[in-house]
Amino acid sequence: MTNPINANNDDKNIIFDVKDLNLWYGNDKALKGLDFQIKENDVTAIIGPSGCGKSTFIKTLNRMVELIPSVKITGEILYNGTNIFDKSLRVEELRSRVGMVFQKPNPFPKSIFENVVYGPKIHGIRDKRKLMEITETSLKRAALWDEVKDRLNDNAYGLSGGQQQRLCLARALAMEPEVLLMDEPTSALDPIATAKIEELIMELKKEYTIVIVTHSMQQAARISDKTAFFLMGELIEVDKTQKIFTTPRDKRTEDYVTGRFG
Amino acid sequence: MGVEFMHERETKNYSNAPMNKSNMNRRILIDKVAKMLFLSSTLFALLVLGVLLYRIGTQSIGWLDLDFLTGKLSIFPEKAGIYGVLLGSVWLMLVVTPITLIIGVSTAIYLEEYATKGRLQTFIKTNISNLAGVPSVIFGLLGLTVFGRLFGLGSSILAGGLTMSLLILPIVVVASQEAIRAVPGFLRDASYAMGATKWVTIRTVILPVAIPGILTGSILALSRAIGETAPLVVLGVPTLILKVPTSVMDDFSALPIQIYYWTLDTVLTPEYANLAAATIVVLLMVLFLMNSTAIIIRNKFQRRY
Amino acid sequence: MDKTIQVRDLIKKNLNNPKNRNIDKIMPNIFLLAASISVITTIGIVLTLIFDAFKFFKEVPLREVFSTHLAPLAVNPSFGILPLINGTIITSIIAMMVAIPIGLASAIYLSEFASDKTRKNLKPMMEVLAGIPTIVYGFFAYSFVTPLLMTIIPSLGAKNALSPGIVMGIMITPMVASLSEDAMNAVPNAMREGALALGATKLEVTLKVVVPAAISGIIASFVLGISRAIGETMIVVIGSGSSKNFSFDFTQSMQTMTAYIVEFTSGDAGSGTLGYYSLYAVGLILFVFTLLMNLFAQYISRKYREEY
Repeated sequence: MTNPINANNDDKNIIFDVKDLNLWYGNDKALKGLDFQIKENDVTAIIGPSGCGKSTFIKTLNRMVELIPSVKITGEILYNGTNIFDKSLRVEELRSRVGMVFQKPNPFPKSIFENVVYGPKIHGIRDKRKLMEITETSLKRAALWDEVKDRLNDNAYGLSGGQQQRLCLARALAMEPEVLLMDEPTSALDPIATAKIEELIMELKKEYTIVIVTHSMQQAARISDKTAFFLMGELIEVDKTQKIFTTPRDKRTEDYVTGRFG
Repeated sequence: MGVEFMHERETKNYSNAPMNKSNMNRRILIDKVAKMLFLSSTLFALLVLGVLLYRIGTQSIGWLDLDFLTGKLSIFPEKAGIYGVLLGSVWLMLVVTPITLIIGVSTAIYLEEYATKGRLQTFIKTNISNLAGVPSVIFGLLGLTVFGRLFGLGSSILAGGLTMSLLILPIVVVASQEAIRAVPGFLRDASYAMGATKWVTIRTVILPVAIPGILTGSILALSRAIGETAPLVVLGVPTLILKVPTSVMDDFSALPIQIYYWTLDTVLTPEYANLAAATIVVLLMVLFLMNSTAIIIRNKFQRRY
Repeated sequence: MDKTIQVRDLIKKNLNNPKNRNIDKIMPNIFLLAASISVITTIGIVLTLIFDAFKFFKEVPLREVFSTHLAPLAVNPSFGILPLINGTIITSIIAMMVAIPIGLASAIYLSEFASDKTRKNLKPMMEVLAGIPTIVYGFFAYSFVTPLLMTIIPSLGAKNALSPGIVMGIMITPMVASLSEDAMNAVPNAMREGALALGATKLEVTLKVVVPAAISGIIASFVLGISRAIGETMIVVIGSGSSKNFSFDFTQSMQTMTAYIVEFTSGDAGSGTLGYYSLYAVGLILFVFTLLMNLFAQYISRKYREEY
């Protein structure tokens, strides 16, 4: 163990290697010296109270955070060995390989079909047959195919909230990413829709590396392999989920997971 | 002294309860009278609108018919028609519409999506809002000097169209900016997160969502251009065009110009007032159609997200 | 799984295509170019006006410019600009005497007294009033308002400053009303409720709370209204005519700065004559007048936005 708080050691490949990551919004420091590894085919849950930087962190992994003006970042994040802030890796390429699902379902006001093929299309795939194929595979993976296969040309906003979120998932999957980032993907959904998404995550982890920010400790406990606890921009502890919830090493983690604050 | 005064007043109020009540009644009465006054002011403005429309409508009766629309100009009021100026206005719009849309929307895209908050952006924005306040007659002088004389376009459709385009450009820019700004951030995020570049996001997400708003605002701007007179008069657009224009380099006349000259000529022939009124009815109907279109677009594409 | 690899690879291949990269570099420049057109327009206006106005001021001594004698087409032309400024100011004052009370009263009614339903019905009608082309107002002033006023003031000229002034006021009313209403709507409801809870009537709340709180926005609407009146052209061209006499008699014809420009360009002042250059001198003064007004309005309305 090289890092006392970072007991994330096993034989899996490292997908993201975060090294001394600091981030400021203007003068406010939002992430403080994060050192952290995310391993292949793991579901890594990020928990912590509101404003602890967990959303900021996940948006840093695909550099979406840079869309906010006045953001300043130091440190590095190696993605499969390449620093994502390096000029040699274009941000568009990074984002095409690291898909993202947002807190609130955000389909485009277009047809279901157009939503799914948005990524492949903007990246130059024009062949209609190929696009149909992609649509079917992605929607099946997102467990939405059976519900929408007869109305692919309907507007996505005719779907229910849960269906919209699965559509957004299908949209991200259509690019065949390696990583899926999920920023509180079920916080806007009802319990049944939430269960469905959680089921999907369990299925998808076989093929993808998943990082999920969640407000719900039960959710983290149910679906994740690793859990990272953030507090005020610091990574307090990261470990196997079971360990975090049963025998955390840090007092603050314990206080949080036992509901003493939050 | 202030405190003393207040104290005095307080005592007075307490000790004169009946007077207070009558005072209350008076205040309520004043309130009611004032409300009626405010309402009648509002209605007065609308009354003038009603009188205006009624007057022009009755003056045009008997003069506005199919022959009037399809007839050519004539010195005999009974025979005169507005076919030429109607087409002139159409030609003018054919020039103004693409120019303002392309430049206006592009400017809005630059300001909303590309420009970083800073001096350049502030400068361009301030410039646009000030340009919107420049009297139209000044745009006429600009058109006359630059397009008419410097570029040698004279008082052609192209010269008139370019002048009008610059005149309504600020309106189109501001309307487009508002429409682009109304595109929710989560749609942009979705696109960027798929690895889309800025231009791709603009082309595939922002513009399609913003287009109804852009069109609504632009149609209102164009309806301003179609009724605008002063710049064209300054540009030297004549009234006696007996030939129907066939290209953008042709001289032309337009509906408001015709109204202007017929109004001036009522001194000589009173019937010209009827012709002017009939032309105004045509102009107002065109405006009504444009505005209705704008409203229909706005309602049809109400936000669905 | 080989399909999987295919999509990924296709995307990667496309991302590395230099053609796609170029578009993303070119587009911002195209948009910047478009945005610069509005700046170029302003520069064009300023240069056009200054360039030819300079020729005018080089020839005509300032003492003559600021005289009351205007006779541009006389054998011995004289270019006193004061009659035009006088005409502009008088028609604008008449317009604002109509637009300010009616506009403000309408704004107060719509913002403070009207029910939502009434407001919904009245506002579009006010917008119609604002959307009518000025040439139509000009026709209305000349062919209806002037004859109507003649029944009250028999000495009224067929061309006079009064009638176009009033009609111009009607035209500006919706603008004053809508900008003032915006300013009053921006006043937080808590301020109204505080006064209403003390037993104040709506009128008292309006006059003692809302109007004072919104005063800078209201004044900005007046200033913009004045700016519109100064720059308005067709109504005064048609209604007020082209008399170049320096007089305060608003029952008679007066020429405004805008009307002078229209008269001269549509007339036969050939390029290169002093009369032609005088257009630009008048245009320059008009431009500076309206620009200052607009900047002033922006300044005060920006100030009030910071208040809440």
